[in-house]
Parts: sequence; structure tokens; C-alpha cells
Amino acid sequence: MIRRNLIAVAIATACSPMLAAQTMDHSQMQGMDHSSMQGMDHSTMQHDAAPKDPVTPIPPLTDADRAAAAPPQGGHVMADNAIHSYMLLNRLEGWNAKPGTGTAWEGEGWIGIDTRRIWLRSEGERKGGRTESANLEVLYGRSVSSWWDVVGGVRQDFKPGSPLTFAAFGVQGLAPQKFEVAATAYLGQRGQSAARFEVEYELLLTSRLILQPLMQVDLYGREDRARGIGSGLSTAEAGLRLRYEITRQFAPYIGITREQAFGNTADLRRDHLESVGDTRVVAGFRIWF
Amino acid sequence: MSFDAFGRRDGGFEPSRRRFVQGLAAGGAAATFGLWPKASWALKSSGQPVVLSGTEFDLAIGETPVDFTGRVRPAITVNGSLPGPLLRWKEGTTVNVRVSNALSADSMLGHETSIHWHGMVLPANMDGVPGLSFAGIHRGESYLYRFAVRQSGTYWYHSHSGFQEQSGLYGPLIIDPVEPEPFRYDRDYVVMLSDWTDLGGEALFARLKKMSMYDNHSMRTVGDFMRDARRDGLRATLADRRMWGGMRMSPTDLSDVNANTYTYLMNGTTALGNWTGLFRSGEKVRLRFINGSAMTYFDVRIPGLKMTVVAADGQYVHPVTVDEFRIAVAETYDVIVEPAGQDAFTIFAQDMGRTGYVSGTLAVHEGLRAPIPAIDPRPILGMSDMAMDHGSMGGHDMSSMRRMEHSGHDMSAMPGMDMGQGSAMQAHPASEIRNPLVDMQAMSPLPKLDDPGIGLRDNGRKVLSYSMLRSSFDDPDGRDPGREIELHLTGHMEKFAWSFNGVKFSSAEPLRLNYGERVRIVLVNDTMMTHPIHLHGMWSDLEDEHGNFMVRKHTIDMPPGSKRGYRVRADALGSWAYHCHLLYHMEAGMMRTVMVEE
Repeated sequence: MIRRNLIAVAIATACSPMLAAQTMDHSQMQGMDHSSMQGMDHSTMQHDAAPKDPVTPIPPLTDADRAAAAPPQGGHVMADNAIHSYMLLNRLEGWNAKPGTGTAWEGEGWIGIDTRRIWLRSEGERKGGRTESANLEVLYGRSVSSWWDVVGGVRQDFKPGSPLTFAAFGVQGLAPQKFEVAATAYLGQRGQSAARFEVEYELLLTSRLILQPLMQVDLYGREDRARGIGSGLSTAEAGLRLRYEITRQFAPYIGITREQAFGNTADLRRDHLESVGDTRVVAGFRIWF
Repeated sequence: MSFDAFGRRDGGFEPSRRRFVQGLAAGGAAATFGLWPKASWALKSSGQPVVLSGTEFDLAIGETPVDFTGRVRPAITVNGSLPGPLLRWKEGTTVNVRVSNALSADSMLGHETSIHWHGMVLPANMDGVPGLSFAGIHRGESYLYRFAVRQSGTYWYHSHSGFQEQSGLYGPLIIDPVEPEPFRYDRDYVVMLSDWTDLGGEALFARLKKMSMYDNHSMRTVGDFMRDARRDGLRATLADRRMWGGMRMSPTDLSDVNANTYTYLMNGTTALGNWTGLFRSGEKVRLRFINGSAMTYFDVRIPGLKMTVVAADGQYVHPVTVDEFRIAVAETYDVIVEPAGQDAFTIFAQDMGRTGYVSGTLAVHEGLRAPIPAIDPRPILGMSDMAMDHGSMGGHDMSSMRRMEHSGHDMSAMPGMDMGQGSAMQAHPASEIRNPLVDMQAMSPLPKLDDPGIGLRDNGRKVLSYSMLRSSFDDPDGRDPGREIELHLTGHMEKFAWSFNGVKFSSAEPLRLNYGERVRIVLVNDTMMTHPIHLHGMWSDLEDEHGNFMVRKHTIDMPPGSKRGYRVRADALGSWAYHCHLLYHMEAGMMRTVMVEE
């Protein structure tokens, strides 16, 4: 500490005119700490040699100079707040389980500027030519830090059963080690509550062959027998998909998923003579644009 | 066979009736015609008329189909040529350049255009930035640029409208001095490097916003992990991965757009086109390198020849002889070579990310080639590149990691930092704190003036670094800066958002300077990318580590982990653009207006 003070004094002594000038400029510097100008050792600057007036005189201004300096109307147009979008069909797949086959989709996208975006999420499943489940979420998201957005909006469940609307609120972002994370709480129109946690990761086997593990957990506040939902921890799904990026934007994949029901949900399934767990082999495409 | 005004052959091979500025054809078939274009750009060689010189110029900006990749695409050109014609002015004259906008109503390249004279000191309304200097040049209109030429050397010009620079609107500018030059040469060639993509600029920008890592096909894989674990041990490799993962970054991220998207050009032709400059053995050849790329840093060498750098950014430097130099976007370097002993030498320019190259040839006659070297191995960023290579940081790696994660936390929150080792931690502007547009901050950035840069260290060649550049004249102003302005280069890789101090152009107040004052600008690079920073209208007088005048430039390269200071003499009244010269960084917000006021 003593040594640091000495250095600070040395710099201050050597650069006193400069420091005086800096104090004038502090509003612009937004709280910069000037004592820590390492790497710019001004203590050895050759102040003796520096003239007060410029060696090359500053030309006096003329009216022509002033006329030339008048900026035009309107200002410079930049694309720094232009609206962009990204739509990802993360999973568009056929599945094969025991028993039965079907198709499923899961996708998300955004439209907006860097820190404020409308987010879309949708997932669903078809079996035997019928849509078994389908939902769409429309959320407004705002970046609250470098890596995290808070989102809020609505979720519409079209199936199963009769349509249901939920208010949705959550956080999503990129956790350390590049885990993509989303946690969303839902409050339904009839007072139902639900929560979902999703984690996704990308493991590069090669630059094109990518293993994508994902994990998804659903919780519900109360039982909804018509929809086969029990309260508490309801289902968890783990998936492992191996894709090959033919291009960045188009990648076929194969994978395996395991869905497991827990607690009341599992009981409901047993009541309906359905299996509590479900292992599927999947194949599909990942596409973004 | 005929030559057009720009030295290119046309006629013969035209799949349509339109005129093509042709680069690389699709397959080998076209090559058998032997019709590769040769924009020769020779200034002193005979029989190669390419220069527009004098004081009166008429430049028409229009759309021209080009083919550099096998696909015909529209380019935006000056007088139908890409690069635009070489303009040759004379110091001490007043030039009149009438630029007309001949873009068609349905042009996808925009309806407004402009030309900015990069590195020129001139009145603000001649600087060519729409909305700052003038209103731009709208379709069917023209603008008369008229100003006194008060400097000499190698410069260039380019559009400052939208993404037109990417689509071809750039060209070389040479100003002959009044006084004799302090070096001799027998031949004089421009070597203008640039990057071409069949994508339009807007489409490429949109792609970067969707997925900034699109072009990085060398992100570290499981295989790399195994190799590193065998080489460095499992623990070290895990720690390394944990650190980069903690930052959510990739050390392989050297450039945002590379040869997976770009085709690199030398004087408007591809490596296959083989631009050739002729010499006779024993002659001194001056090569005026200009990097007119939108996004590409090039590492340039001529195997078998030493290059003597005699000017940087148009201004004379004390001659320094090197094997290789890195040229940042928008920089120019004049070098003198003395080819002898063999009939052909390859001018080799590989991109900083080591994904591609463009080459040309110096030869005793047309049609010769010398071997083209292999592209160097791809480097990865290290801790010093991230300004985390802190002497007193031993054993504190994890705390440094947390520092990077929670960008903006108070320094005092960092336990175990030994502040007594002489080099303090870098402070950061308040606007960076908890700012979603800032994904990292430098801990202990350094000037790094003697660092040739990533991928060039210890490569067995003598590589130019800024510390080797000394202007051949004393500080033309001489005063010490009256005040200091520190600006941080900031960004967010994932969002592809770029800014100064975490504030994008459209949200930022102008930086105000008083006419006649001298300021020191200190830049701190808080990103892992390299940024060439260009101030319009005034020189950037780069200082050495001790704050002394070193070299006069118009574009200051800021590698990751660097902190560099330069002096600016505010002797140009008006509003000036100040920005990163990576086109997509600028458009994403890494720009400020500098207002010089009375």
C-alpha cells in the first residue's frame, strides 16, 4: 500500500497540469479512477521540452470554416438499433416409442433490438394424425445483465383438452459454461400454476457433429385430472440429440429421449394404464433462419 | 482484345451482354479462356493506364455486376470499377471532385451514397459522412467535393453510407508531395486488399446478429480437449475450459467474418486472378499497401524479400525493415522491396484468423508465379490477449473469472488482489456497470506496442509492431495534451453489439473538443476482438508507453487486452465521425461524433 501511494504521488507530481485538467473533465469520465493508469507511465514524460504554444500554429477561424462546420439536418443514420429477428426450429422430429410413433416440434425465436425483444416459444406433439399437445408463448424480454433476460407474457395451450391461457413470467439466458437456461412460471386463467425449467448444452464432437443434451422439468400447483396432470413435480424429460450441421442453418439429427412422470402424475397414468416412463428414438431436423 | 480505362480486359467472355468486372470464375473452364482480369495499378510502369490524375474529377457511383465466386452479384462501383479508379492528386493543389449518384431506382444497394476521403485533413463539409458532414448524395444528384490538398502520401476513399463499402465502393488515393520524398524507387504499385462477399452487407449484418459465431468453424471440440489434456494435463485443461466457459467465450474467436464468407481481393482480383506487378532485377519497387476491407486484418509478407516500411497511414516513418506486417482495416503501409535473384515473388496476404489468403506476384514478366506459402497455424487467444495476464494474479484465476462474469462489480469486492505490485487494476466507466451490452472488461490492459499481435509472435520472422514505427518528423504540435479522455471499447459477442463505454452511437452524446486544444485520448479494449479506431478530420498521434509522441496515424489498431494513448490536435472545426473501422462493429454502434467547437 505504501509503495502504491508513492507511485501515485510520483505520477501526480509529474502530471500535475494533466491532473488539473482531468478534474475538469470528470463529468465526461463517468467515475474513472485516474490513479490507476498503469501501462501509461506518464512520470517519465518530457515536460521540459513541451512548448506552451503549438509548434504549428492553430489557424484562426474564418467564416468559411464556420460555414463548412455547420452540420446538416437529420443526423447520421446507423443500424445500431435496427430490428433483427431469429427463428429456431430446435426440434422438428419424428419419434418412435413402444407403443406408437408420432411427430413433435419445439422452437423459439425473437424479434427486436439487442436488449428488448419479443420472444416466441412453441412446442407440440402429434400422434396418429391428431395433435396431442400444442402451445405457443409470446413473451416480452428485456436484458437485465450481460447474460440474462427477464421475460413476461402469455402462454396459450391449444391441446390437450380445451384451450387454456396462462400468464407467463421467467428468466432465461446463458449460464456459466454456456448452459442455456430458461425458468418460467405460469399462472392459468382458472388459477392453475405451473413452472418449467429447461437446460440445454452443446457439446462439439467436431465442428459440425454436435451433441445436444437437454433437460426439462415441469411442476404444477394442483391436480388437473382431465389433462393428466398431478400436483408437484410432474414430469421430467431428458434428451440427447446428435446433429450434423450440413450448413450452420440446417442440421439433421438422431437422438433418444426419456420422459418420466412422478408423484401424482405418475399415479394418474397408472390409473389410465399408461406407462409412467416413455423412451423414444427420435430423428429430425434443426433449422434456423 | 481490348482494355478498358482501368486496365482490365473485356470482350470475349461475357455470358450476358452486361459488362463484368470479373474475379474468380466458377470452375476451371473459364480459366482456359485465359481472360483473368488484370487491374494493374502500376504508377510508373509503362503501358498500364489506370490513374485518374489532375485536379478535376468526375466520379459516377453506380451498380456493376461482378463475379468473384462463380456467381454474378451486383457491386457498387465508381466509374464501373472495383476498386474504384486510383485518384492521384498533388499536394498544394485544390481538387474538384464531382461525385454523382447513378444508382438505379431498384438498386438493392441503397438510394443514397457518399465518398469519405480516409485520412484527409479537410473542411468538415467535404468529409463525406451523411448526416455529419453533408446530406449525402441522393439518387440522380451529385456533390462537388472541393478542397485544398495539404498533405501527401498513400490514402484511400470509401463510401460512408450503410454497407456500401462492403459491396465495392472503395478505391486508392495517392497524393504526390511537393518536397522530394526521402527515399528512392524505380516502380510504384498500389496493393489494395479487400474482402468480398456475395451476401449483401445487410444480410451479413443480420446473420451476425442472429449468430455471431457463424464463421467460426474452429471452436474447440472434444478432440481438442483430449489433445490438450494429453499435452497440458487434465487439471490444467479443465481449468482452462472452465475459465473460458465462465466467460461464455471462445479463445478461437479471432475475427467475426472470415474466409468462410469472404473472398479476398488484391487490387480487385482473387488469388486465382494473380495480380502481377512487374520489375527488373535490382530495381527498387514501392508497394503501397492499403487495407480497404470491411472486416479483415491481413498479415502480409513476400517470401524471399525484406520489406522496408517507409510510410504508415500516408506519413513518412523512419525506415524499418521487416519480413512481415499486420495491416489493420483502413491502415496503409508503404514499403520498398528490391526483388532480385529470382524471376517471381509471391505477395502473400493471409487473414488474421488463418482461414484464407489472397496473393499476387511480383515478376519479371506476366504469367509467372512463385510458390504460395501455406497458411500459418491458427492461434488461439491467451490470457494476455484478454488483459488478464496479471503478474500479481498468480493463484487468483478464479477470482479473475468472477470478475469477468459479473462485469461491473466494484473492484473492492475482489478478495485477495494484491494491489501493491506496481500495476493497478484497470478502472471502468460507470456506464459499463451492469450493462447488458458489455460482456467483459479488461483487468490489466497494457500498451502492447511491441507486440506484433496474435498469430505473429515468435513465428521466426521479423514482424512489424507499432513500437518500430517512428514518424520521420517531430511532434508537429509539440504541446502536452491539456486533458485526457479515456474511452473503453466495449461489446457483446453473443448479441453482436458494439459500443464505446457500453453506449451505442444512437444513445451517445457527442464527444466535445475545443477548437485549438490538444487532448490525449486513451483507449482501453474491453473486448476480445481487435478494433481499428479511426478519427476523421484530425490526426491521431500515437504515443509510446511513456506518453511521448511516436508516430502520426489516422487509424489506431487496438488489439484485445491493449490500452493505448494518442494525441489529437483539435484544429478542424465541425462534427467528425470517430469509430471502429470494422464496418459491422461501426454499424452495430461502435461510433461517436466528435464535435470540435469554438
